[in-house]
Amino acid sequence: MSDAARSIPMATPRRAGSAMTWLWVLGLVLAIALPWCFYDFAKARHSGFMISMFSQAGMMIIFALSYNMLMGQAGLLSFCHAVFFGFGGYVVIHALTGASNGSFPIPMELMPLAGGLAGLILAIIFGYMATKQRATAFAMITLGIGELMATAALMFQHFFGGEGGITSDRMIDRSLFGLSYAQSIEVYYLIVFWTMVSVIGMYFLTQTPLGRMANACRDNFERAQFVGYDPKIVRFIQFALSGLFAGMGGALYAIAYEIVTFDSMAGPLSANALLMAYIGGTTVFGGPILGAVLITVLQSGVSLLSNSWLVYVGVLFITMVTFVPEGLAGIIMAHGPIRKAGKLGKLAVPYVRILVPGFILVLGFVALVELVSFQTIGAAQGKKLVLFGNPIDIASNIPWAVAIGGLIIGGIWLRFESIVFGRVWDEITAELKRAEART
Amino acid sequence: MSGQAVSLCDVRKNFGATEIIRGVTLNIAQGERHAIIGPNGAGKTTLFNLISGRFPITSGEIALNDTRIDTMPPHQINRMGLSRSFQITSIFHKLTVFENLRCGLLWSMGYRYSFWSPLWRQKALNEKAEFLMEDLNLASRANTPAGLLSYAEQRALEIGMTIAGGASVILLDEPTAGMSNTETDYAMDLIRRVTQGKTLLMVEHDMKVVFDLADTVTVLVYGQVIASGPPVTVRASRAVQEAYLGALEE
Repeated sequence: MSDAARSIPMATPRRAGSAMTWLWVLGLVLAIALPWCFYDFAKARHSGFMISMFSQAGMMIIFALSYNMLMGQAGLLSFCHAVFFGFGGYVVIHALTGASNGSFPIPMELMPLAGGLAGLILAIIFGYMATKQRATAFAMITLGIGELMATAALMFQHFFGGEGGITSDRMIDRSLFGLSYAQSIEVYYLIVFWTMVSVIGMYFLTQTPLGRMANACRDNFERAQFVGYDPKIVRFIQFALSGLFAGMGGALYAIAYEIVTFDSMAGPLSANALLMAYIGGTTVFGGPILGAVLITVLQSGVSLLSNSWLVYVGVLFITMVTFVPEGLAGIIMAHGPIRKAGKLGKLAVPYVRILVPGFILVLGFVALVELVSFQTIGAAQGKKLVLFGNPIDIASNIPWAVAIGGLIIGGIWLRFESIVFGRVWDEITAELKRAEART
Repeated sequence: MSGQAVSLCDVRKNFGATEIIRGVTLNIAQGERHAIIGPNGAGKTTLFNLISGRFPITSGEIALNDTRIDTMPPHQINRMGLSRSFQITSIFHKLTVFENLRCGLLWSMGYRYSFWSPLWRQKALNEKAEFLMEDLNLASRANTPAGLLSYAEQRALEIGMTIAGGASVILLDEPTAGMSNTETDYAMDLIRRVTQGKTLLMVEHDMKVVFDLADTVTVLVYGQVIASGPPVTVRASRAVQEAYLGALEE
């Protein structure tokens, strides 16, 4: 083999790989530093709201990534992923109780392993049933498993505690480092550590023969058989391992909140995994991380500001599925070759031109949703719509006209600008292709 | 029938009430290059699907190196040393050319379902995949997703995936279908090179390819073998000319 032939195709990903490494390091530094950006130096204490939001983001990152081991990497649409998350949580609540009364003497730092083990065992049992099938049949079976376990959580009160769930106390006085975990910042760093371990673990799995064959079975399960692999076994192992990580995420949930109820096992949370993975992007390993962070911020942040935050999540999901099926990470990755060719500047003006009408459209939509919401729920709660300190009379026609006007004008304008944007984009990519063909 | 690479004994296959394969008996010796020809709908591809385990047979026996394989699932037949290509290109579209070939190598190199050995550290595996890529003339496309390759390149990759695992019996289903003359010549050369010393069984429509590449030709018409032998003999056979070649020469 000539050296030239080998170096051209192999050199490119290695360079891209090192840029990626820095991105991961940056993410970790950010995760460690973020709580201190919201530290109240005057009162010398952390922002409880921010810490709890970041903690939630950590466990959701594990949850969404483990979901994507099925969805993105193995092409399996599962509707029961929360079962493993929730079960890991339940087991850890019991483990915490056991640790404080001495019957289960393991330190706090290793609790996520107990949750992971619980998730793994449950995923082995349910995976054995579900992974015999693929595609629609697989999705149906997981739907059944999800319902089964959510019902079981309500029925078997000894273990699951019924509707009220079960609680415990994380101050078990067993720690490898002598920490009490009385403060949420300590718990946060425990979550950061285990999120990092899980992310590395799941990334590692994508680079193993099993991970690669999971991709292969996703693309073409029949061909996988004719290279010697049994797709059922590939699906089974992948499913079991994704349950392991989901269980670890659930363990962190149990530690952070000290309560696990049947909600953490039920359908809506499973749907949330799908939402996070899809919005973030299932085709890129790190995609679900973006989705998990975005959804968590929406959930904790926007839910404070608006009653209708779920409407926004829903509309975001539909928009992504319709217009950007490759998700946020997919959009970012599409810019890679343009950035490498130094042509990113050419997109600046088109981007501004698309963002302005986009902003108007979003504002119009939000205004309309809020007006409707204040007429029904808001009125019932006795709330008043206030914008920049000015109370707005929702009975008058003006705010409605502004909202609908923004929606229509923004929509038409955006449509026009997106055509222009598409043209510029196609020009640039065509140029890149020509340049590639020349070399 | 000992010593045969592949042997079929009175193999039958029904789809519902229709009998597609109607008692095929066929012996393919070690190292033979065997072509199966026949008009459309003769059951050539079905026969391949039966041998490779894609469909179960209705009755009869199929043996690979004297071991019965007709009740085995496809992946087990593959592990026993039989590999096949597909008429409609069957590759892993979203994976790169390099990854595709690596997937083709994994089982034969003993990795099984390993989730503990990182692929980037497997020197022998990666070198073998790169070597294969060179062999297939696909080295410049190493990092291109297989779905974005040109048709001829995809066909080359398909052949590469089929031989990657080092199977001793290779089944090729119309390897040159839809190719231009130059591409066909190139593909034939490739097939000859990569199947050296192996038993080759192929379905082919292009008579030039058949008579160039095959030692033995079997003619299948309506699920039955009507002639089998060296190309020259088969070409001379009246029955074959009537059933098949005659139609072409008109």
